[in-house]
Amino acid sequence: MDLSLRWLKDYVDIDVPVKEYCDRMTMSGSKVEGYTDLGAEISRVVVGHVVEIERHPDSDHLFICQVDVGVGEPVQIVTGAQNVNKGDWVPAALDNSTLPGGIKIKKGKLRGVVSNGMLCSLGELGLTLGDFPYAIEDGIFILQKECDCQQLVPGADIKQFIGFDDNVVEFEITPNRPDCLSVVGLARETAATFDLPAKLPEPQIEKETGDINEHLKITVSAPDLCPRYTAKMIKNVKIAPSPLWLRRRLSAAGVRPINNIVDITNFVMLEYGQPMHAFDYSYISGGKIDVRRAGEGEKMFTLDDEERNLDPSMLVIADGEKAVAVAGVMGGQNSMILDTTDTIVFESANFSGVSVRLTSKKLGLRTEASSRFEKGLDPAQTYDAVMRACQLVEMLGAGEVVGGMIDVDNSCKNKTVIKLEPERINAFLGTDIPEADMRKSLTSLYFELDGDDITVPTFRADVETFADIAEEVARIYGYDKIAMTVFRGESSHGQLTDRQRFKRKIDSVMLACGYSEIFTYSFISPKYYDNIALASDDVRRKSVTILNPLGEDTSVMRTTMLPSIMESVARNYNFRNAQAKLYEIGKIYLPDEDASKLPEERKIISVASYGNTDFFAVKGVIEELVAALNVKELEFSAVTDDASFHPGRCAKVTCDGVEVGIIGQVHPLVCNNYGLEGVEVFAAMLDFELIFANKAEEKTYVPLPKYPAVTRDIALICDDEVPVAELAKAIKKGAGQYLENLQLFDVYRGAQVGEGKKSVAYSFALRASDRTLEDSEIENIMNKIMKNLEKDTGAKLRGI
Amino acid sequence: MREKLNQIGQQAQLALEQAKVNEDIEAVRVKYLGKKGELTAVLRGMGALSAEERPLIGQLANEIREGIEKLIETKKTAIAAEMLTKKLAEEKLDVTMPGKVNALGYKHPLTIVQEEIEDIFLTMGFNIAEGPEVELDYYNFEALNVPKNHPARDVQDTFYIDDNIVLRTQTSPVQIRVMEKQKPPIRVIAPGRVYRSDALDATHSPLFHQIEGLVVDKGITMSDLKGTLDIFAKRLYGEDSVTRFRPHHFPFTEPSAEMDVMCFNCHGAGCRLCKGEGWIEILGCGMVHPKVLETCGVDPKEYSGFAFGVGLERVVMRRFGIKDIRLFYENDMRFLSQF
Repeated sequence: MDLSLRWLKDYVDIDVPVKEYCDRMTMSGSKVEGYTDLGAEISRVVVGHVVEIERHPDSDHLFICQVDVGVGEPVQIVTGAQNVNKGDWVPAALDNSTLPGGIKIKKGKLRGVVSNGMLCSLGELGLTLGDFPYAIEDGIFILQKECDCQQLVPGADIKQFIGFDDNVVEFEITPNRPDCLSVVGLARETAATFDLPAKLPEPQIEKETGDINEHLKITVSAPDLCPRYTAKMIKNVKIAPSPLWLRRRLSAAGVRPINNIVDITNFVMLEYGQPMHAFDYSYISGGKIDVRRAGEGEKMFTLDDEERNLDPSMLVIADGEKAVAVAGVMGGQNSMILDTTDTIVFESANFSGVSVRLTSKKLGLRTEASSRFEKGLDPAQTYDAVMRACQLVEMLGAGEVVGGMIDVDNSCKNKTVIKLEPERINAFLGTDIPEADMRKSLTSLYFELDGDDITVPTFRADVETFADIAEEVARIYGYDKIAMTVFRGESSHGQLTDRQRFKRKIDSVMLACGYSEIFTYSFISPKYYDNIALASDDVRRKSVTILNPLGEDTSVMRTTMLPSIMESVARNYNFRNAQAKLYEIGKIYLPDEDASKLPEERKIISVASYGNTDFFAVKGVIEELVAALNVKELEFSAVTDDASFHPGRCAKVTCDGVEVGIIGQVHPLVCNNYGLEGVEVFAAMLDFELIFANKAEEKTYVPLPKYPAVTRDIALICDDEVPVAELAKAIKKGAGQYLENLQLFDVYRGAQVGEGKKSVAYSFALRASDRTLEDSEIENIMNKIMKNLEKDTGAKLRGI
Repeated sequence: MREKLNQIGQQAQLALEQAKVNEDIEAVRVKYLGKKGELTAVLRGMGALSAEERPLIGQLANEIREGIEKLIETKKTAIAAEMLTKKLAEEKLDVTMPGKVNALGYKHPLTIVQEEIEDIFLTMGFNIAEGPEVELDYYNFEALNVPKNHPARDVQDTFYIDDNIVLRTQTSPVQIRVMEKQKPPIRVIAPGRVYRSDALDATHSPLFHQIEGLVVDKGITMSDLKGTLDIFAKRLYGEDSVTRFRPHHFPFTEPSAEMDVMCFNCHGAGCRLCKGEGWIEILGCGMVHPKVLETCGVDPKEYSGFAFGVGLERVVMRRFGIKDIRLFYENDMRFLSQF
């Protein structure tokens, strides 16, 4: 909402610097976004009086003017315009003046003749024909005295004349205060904020002839969508430009002046916040208006020359035959005001906000009127608005007001009444505001107090409860005056939950391992499932789908983290980062069978790296992670059929027999889909909840050993196909409680061990907690180990 | 014999003086003191001496042996010291060479600041709550006093899954979920992802993060809200931060406010950073609307509370001088490795 301070001053005698005005209005709840000094760009441009004019001796189109600018001798200004005559009043930009657009005017010579400035056109002053209809676009703006209030005095600042001696304040009005989208509303707020009286218009009409009821019948067939419909008529309309003061008001508010009748409807809309419409009576067939729902398949051309398809959810204003306006949205072409219009009907109505909002959405047509109606307007204001419009018609001589009024009023008349509870308000705000001050603040905001009963003004539908009253009191009192305290109550200690601590621990381990944390979008394109080579019937393709996505690539909620992290890998690769180690603890969203239920959101630890890494580097990180998290031991077993991963370099990760994740080299074909040809990318995905569930018992101290250990190194030979995990399992089984520190330290394949074989070397220690192991015992254990190895894996000691 | 002994002594001393390494010393020891050494040989010949001379020569021989042994020790120490000095000299490093780094990973800037904010509130007795991102319309809007067709829904462009399920546009639904589960006193914050259908540009992202806060108890006042959030601002931005609360509107709080912090750059005078206002908007807040309390089964006559919501990205962008929100989600190592 743009508010002209000059306009505001018609209603409130406010006289503070504009910056202070803005600050105080912001602090009382009408947020100011900024303000514009309309004349900021114009300086040293004055009213000039052309006292002499002659042709330039060396030009066939230039004229030399002697212009009285109010200081001593007239100044000489050369102009190329052809419409200047002796005796004209003109805007004269003097030497060193500025004009809109950063233009600077300096004195100079035109074909050898000195020119001490420039005579200005409308455009050069930032004006249009709408602002001054009597001027011409292609020539100097010849000033006319339009009313007594104007001073055509040589040397007077042009800004006063053209209405640029004004500041326009831009308010950000919250949706609960549609009443403040008007000059009157902001005048009320200004008055309350600065503790000044407000002089609001009380429209009176001096002379009326005839009776509207003889010409027009109005019925409201859909009172649920139209609580109130008020109309008055004007006859003998004389369409003409509006006077200067009205044009200035509209221009300052950013509305283009058109003609007196249209300008009046716009003026009233800005002043009261009540959208108005004017129909040409001669096109209202049968002299009847019905406010009804549109018929199925009904069509209408709106003012913007578009044919609109209407349906029964929409409200229209219709005459005996056809719709003449979409209620609260836009008028119809068939009844618009023309220069020839003789009789008009002013509509000042109240429509259901929800209905206007839905209609405007369906038609894809949002207008100034619809955006106001959809916020919910006060039905009480239709009367004042239409009266004000008629008053202006009379004032402007734009027509004759017909007597009487049609006012179909089905609006709810119950006023909201709230008890004033000063103690409760103070207890709620933490303040000590005297009751008298509360009463004064509320009264200044047009609340009526009868004892302790507060009657809420009709234009404040947002005020419903005790808390709303507290806010009114607080904002006029000043939020800045409310003390700062710390709440009391039962003591409570804030702490992270086990899960939250677990998550932070994962972060710290991953960071310590050199992995950097990433954030990726939770929504992806369904095509990304193709990129990671999911089978067409893979259950993960079933995703939660967004009805109104911004684009296809953010249209479904991901069911796997792999595409997200691959995007980040690819981006880093494209940015020519030599390597990247990335991780994210992100969510996947698994739809429920029952679509009315919310999807399951699971946290996944997603890891990926490329450059200077390999499968075992990533596996090592996972192992470090579970060790640091005190999670039960993980098992890795080869997976050959996951299409996202290299068939020979992929493992599922299980814990206590439950699959908790997957790790592997991303399949080269998948890499190709991300532009990662020839790049080895390794990734792992672990389910946060399943890992968390396998957290081992709290750690307890194990006494340090008292008895010595013996260490043994063994080299085994087995089939190449045997996974080393099997060998380790057999050693563990054989050594039982005595085993310590089992380490694989070498794997060898080659001629010395023969085709299809490999040699695997382990070192480990054997120790009993309660005695020194005898040689014979050690031999027994070693035998058991070897027996188990041979039986379970076919491995034998090398060299035997 | 006496002369012989003195000669041995002098020779040994000379030899030791010339010794350069431990091996030279050892050679001297063997030559003079060894089993077949010269001094040993002399001592063996002592049998031929008279009874009067024997103790005297013996004493002399012992003195000379001890002298040589002492010299050997001294010399050994000297050589060891010399060798150490030499070794240390050889081991000299260019200490300005780069350190060997165990390359740590980098925490994402959003996490850095989120954890900082979490920790501020943890120390103030708050717990951390979580809620679903794919959320029922009821929790995201209706229970927060935003009925269907309310114009406020236009302000937050919502992604819909169906008529009743949305991607949450704010973390506020967690307020409702917490109040449904827990009786007052309640002190929680709820950080998380929120979604709005804003096209991606330098300052808008369809996905961003908020941190919600909720306090409900008996006797909670608006001055408590101001005091709590002022402490928060001071912990986050420094003890000399100045806050300002100005009226605003949110459907689920009443009274509502926005908290500004005085511009760090111009201290309220107005500059480019604060767009001339002198203040920078930090968060929205207010007293929990009585209707919201009632919806959650909390009696507004008995209890009151306040709530607030901070946009995480904006705080982080201001903290680090990041001008483009898209950087947070591109995960370029050149960006991440700066934090």
